[in-house]
Amino acid sequence: MSKKFKIVVLAKQVPDTRNVGKNAMKEDGTVNRAALPAIFNPEDMNALEQALRLKDRFPGSEVLLLTMGPGRAAEVIREGYYRGADGGVLLTDRKFAGADTLATSYALSMAIKKISPDIIIAGRQAIDGDTAQVGPQVAEKLNLPQVTYAEDIQGFENGKLTIKRRLERGVETVQCPIPAVITVHATAPDCRPRNAKQLMRFKHARTISEEQDNEHNSYLPLNTKESMRIPEWSVSDVGGDEINYGLSGSPTKVKKIENIVFQAKESKKLTSAYEDINSLICELISSHTIG
Amino acid sequence: MNNIIIYIETEGGRIADVSLELLTKGRSLANQLSCKLEALLIGNNVESLSEELFLYGAEKVHLAQDKRLEFYQTLPYSAITIELFKQEKPQIALFGATSVGRDLAPRVSSSLMSGLTADCTSLEIGGHKEAKSGKEYNNLLYQIRPAFGGNIIATIINPDHRPQMATVREGVMKKEPLEKAVKGKVSSIDVSKIVTDNDFIVQIIERHIEDRKVDIKGSPVIIAGGFGVGSKENFKLLYDLASVLGGEVGASRAAVDAGFAEPARQIGQTGVTVRPKLYIAVGISGQIQHTAGMDQSAMIISINNDPAAPIHQIADYAIIGDLNEIIPRMIKSYKQNSK
Repeated sequence: MSKKFKIVVLAKQVPDTRNVGKNAMKEDGTVNRAALPAIFNPEDMNALEQALRLKDRFPGSEVLLLTMGPGRAAEVIREGYYRGADGGVLLTDRKFAGADTLATSYALSMAIKKISPDIIIAGRQAIDGDTAQVGPQVAEKLNLPQVTYAEDIQGFENGKLTIKRRLERGVETVQCPIPAVITVHATAPDCRPRNAKQLMRFKHARTISEEQDNEHNSYLPLNTKESMRIPEWSVSDVGGDEINYGLSGSPTKVKKIENIVFQAKESKKLTSAYEDINSLICELISSHTIG
Repeated sequence: MNNIIIYIETEGGRIADVSLELLTKGRSLANQLSCKLEALLIGNNVESLSEELFLYGAEKVHLAQDKRLEFYQTLPYSAITIELFKQEKPQIALFGATSVGRDLAPRVSSSLMSGLTADCTSLEIGGHKEAKSGKEYNNLLYQIRPAFGGNIIATIINPDHRPQMATVREGVMKKEPLEKAVKGKVSSIDVSKIVTDNDFIVQIIERHIEDRKVDIKGSPVIIAGGFGVGSKENFKLLYDLASVLGGEVGASRAAVDAGFAEPARQIGQTGVTVRPKLYIAVGISGQIQHTAGMDQSAMIISINNDPAAPIHQIADYAIIGDLNEIIPRMIKSYKQNSK
């Protein structure tokens, strides 16, 4: 009998900070965060693909999404379903609010203990913070080995995964026993597209909170099938010491936030006419900036 | 006790620039805090590198040497770092924001329950008063970094947890040796007491590290292209200009993501930080994500057909127009005037 894995993919819903268009800028030159669309964190998509490839190679394996966030983050689980995942859990509780990477890792690790997977795969980092800390911190909390910046999970033999890593100046291939935490780099293959059948089947998957909202807002059909229910876990579901969650579990505090305002400095405007460019180049040469 | 410890990264028998940059920064922080600056050096046959660390102001080098520590591996390296921090209780610990530092530091911070701030662009010492309790703190490390895709700058502190940990990218801090090396000492760590066989369960079976081919950091002139350049083919114009002016070609994250240029050329918060004599930004809109990595350039010229592009506001010269016309004219003008 071939090996079957239970794989948890850690995914985060993030504001799309890569495309801060003009309509997302406020008049004072700062970003209007509310105007940014919420998306599935890009490298978590690469992570999902690696999990789905393992499932392709080892039929019967199970891919579960785990995400932490407000109620609307259930969208991450649905997106996972559309692309071939088997299920997911939304970790949501006001007590998680204000978590830094360490408190986030604690919450995720408690949920992972409850699921008890063979392999945990996450994106290297999320685009709203770019910290790349949660993967290694989850691994430490679970006392598991970690393989960061994975580009390709190549195979599984003798109880070990072979994983190619993308480093700053090269590549490294490692063998790692499971269970383990793997973080996936953006250079890994893109995620497969949504599957039309899965989309039709799971577009009505809902958390209980979403269904309760629907009762007041009933343009969406009520979901009655238990199999379509996206589980929501709170602190009481995953257990652990409350002091380690949210703000109280976060050693780092934000002292100050400054919005970036693009400052105008004296800049000389030039046209593309040859005279303008020629005089600029002459100036650069005479000031020894070039040449 | 309660000193500053810099994690020293090595590759191919030499110390990474980022570690020397952090020592330089650590030296000034240590002077300000009246504490000692120390280094943690892990590897195989690395003791001789201590002299260089003394030249950059380290007063003590904690040395962990073992044949099995030739290459960085998460578990043994983090075990050694965690054990040292438990014993020495540093108030500040700094790591390079490299593939090694970003793998190691979070693991260490999780084990010690100490806070960690990634990719700081500035480190300062300052006080803090807790609004609720009125409790006052002195001499905290302000860990300053762009967040939210670079659209805000956040100052992070760790009031109650030690060490205060931060990572910093290569090129962000300046590297300056002292005029005379300090008389430092080497303190050996007994690796066999800390590291177990179980720490080597992840095995490296293949490794290809390339020497950096592209050196945009050291180039006095940089021609950087953004998404607005439009295609890989159009980037050729930038290479032409770079070769005429004796510069290198850089790129924004959007241009790299679009495949116009290779990742080694990426400038900005998630790429390298540069401060050349001349920076020519072509088809770059000027998001803070990018400008954080180049706004210290001595002179900035922006070329963009959008007069409202934010890049023009930080430029000394803003050329509004089509790069396909402007760059050939620059090349022509330079060839005519340079002799």
